[in-house]
Amino acid sequence: MGFLDQVYRDAVLEHARSPRNRGELDPYSVRQEGVNPSCGDELVLYLRVEGGEVAGASFTGHGCAISQASASLMTQAVRGLRVDEAKLLVERFKDMVHGRGAHPSLGDAAVLEGVSKLHARVKCATLAWIALDAGLDAEAAGKTEAEQISVDQE
Amino acid sequence: MAIDAAVLRRDFPILQRSVNGSKLVYLDSAASAQKPGSVLAALDAFYRESYANVHRGAHTLSAEATDKYEAARARVARFVNAPSERSVVFVRNATEGINLVAHAWGRSALGAGDEIVVTVAEHHANLVPWHLLAAERGVRIRGVPLGSDGRVDMEALAAAIGPRTKLVATFHMSNVLGVINPLPRIAALAHAVGAFMLVDGAQAAAHLPVDVQASGADAYVISGHKLGGPSGIGALWVREELLRQWPPFMGGGEMIRHVEIDRSTYADIPMRFEAGTPAIAEAVGLHAALDYLDEVGRAEIWEHDKALARYAIERLRRLPGVTLYGPEGEDRGGIVPFNVDGVHPHDVASVLDAHGVAIRAGHHCAQPLMQALGVRGTARASFWLHTTTEEIDRLAEAVAEAREFFGAVA
Repeated sequence: MGFLDQVYRDAVLEHARSPRNRGELDPYSVRQEGVNPSCGDELVLYLRVEGGEVAGASFTGHGCAISQASASLMTQAVRGLRVDEAKLLVERFKDMVHGRGAHPSLGDAAVLEGVSKLHARVKCATLAWIALDAGLDAEAAGKTEAEQISVDQE
Repeated sequence: MAIDAAVLRRDFPILQRSVNGSKLVYLDSAASAQKPGSVLAALDAFYRESYANVHRGAHTLSAEATDKYEAARARVARFVNAPSERSVVFVRNATEGINLVAHAWGRSALGAGDEIVVTVAEHHANLVPWHLLAAERGVRIRGVPLGSDGRVDMEALAAAIGPRTKLVATFHMSNVLGVINPLPRIAALAHAVGAFMLVDGAQAAAHLPVDVQASGADAYVISGHKLGGPSGIGALWVREELLRQWPPFMGGGEMIRHVEIDRSTYADIPMRFEAGTPAIAEAVGLHAALDYLDEVGRAEIWEHDKALARYAIERLRRLPGVTLYGPEGEDRGGIVPFNVDGVHPHDVASVLDAHGVAIRAGHHCAQPLMQALGVRGTARASFWLHTTTEEIDRLAEAVAEAREFFGAVA
């Protein structure tokens, strides 16, 4: 069971069981849908951007323990960051799950580093972060309802 | 004679390997089958001794390669009991076979107001080509639901088929539920209104004998990779008198009779539908796979398959918190979808993978069926001639562990 315990760390399972920031944000600056076509999982991300900062983030949708925990951890990590910092964090998260190490700025989200050992599940973890990246771009472009993105577009 | 899977599995080199520290338990044959050594040897020998392009060379190797390629076509015809090999077209896979029907026949025969009847349990390969055709031609698609017994609702099917129906397209064996469709009954309904009957045989051909003539089908598609053959080769059989009338699908070399700068005439069947250099070695490998299946015996494979399905259903049903899908009975083969309550199927699959047990999880390219079942996805164990009851025991143990591991993750 070695690698399972590394992927599904207690903190990951805890976030999957009791996700933070689950639900619709009201009001929101942008609503971004993301899908993983290979499994059909869907995530809806709500972002509130105020003065160039992410003032709030929440999510709804369906997915596996990894995707739910990842979305939960992401909405916590991104809160209070400037938009450029949030976008940098997306890159650092992707680096981590692709096996290039966990940058300290990832904080609690670093518990998902083990996913890098499970190639089949990397997209489950990145879905929320790719939605964040796309949602921030859409918000910068003045959109409120962003066009759905697929994790395969990465 | 009953199959001895413990002996047959020695024919599959890959089954000797370990995954994550455990001996591999491969329960994903419905996605793609592993290859017996005889197929690997046939590919190797062909490339070493006989490889050249087909149907064009004036040299010995090309003639040998052509003979072997055409022998594979004849072998496919025999495998599905087609009256002649002229009506067998090599394609990449079952998906391409269905697309060929949609393009060559569909675009010339269907128009606005015409209807296509499918079931909710079709693979996306037997839905999306019709969506594309519908968008282009104004054709309407009617979906037939499952009955409460988990089989296609035959009354609803009969009601859906009417004077506007031009095509009934359905599966032989469901890639999710493992159930067999009663093809002769469905074909009778289709033919009563003059509709064309296309059968997706991608799953069935690996599990039970196929007789295209007895089935009543007008067209039948198979995928080599699900039969223990190489990927990249499949076949489409179409009733010869119909196939003869169809225009080409793709244009290029091999499919012509004569070409001028601004026009061309086309080859006879089946070459009319095989533009470009085909999957030559793959056809030879498929030949070896079909030989292997018939050596084992497809009637025997089907009995083994049904017994494994019964055993797995019985074994998994005893576990608390496990939901099973699909009907039971003599028309149910070795594909067993299930869910562990409160655990996402991908998480189940990862725990099983940690134990060396390979299954598929997700929507199985059958999203309308998932919707009909009221789920987003399932885990799916699928069995083949090399699957043993001991492996199903290991599946059940790993499923129990998955439930324990996750507790109740929503």
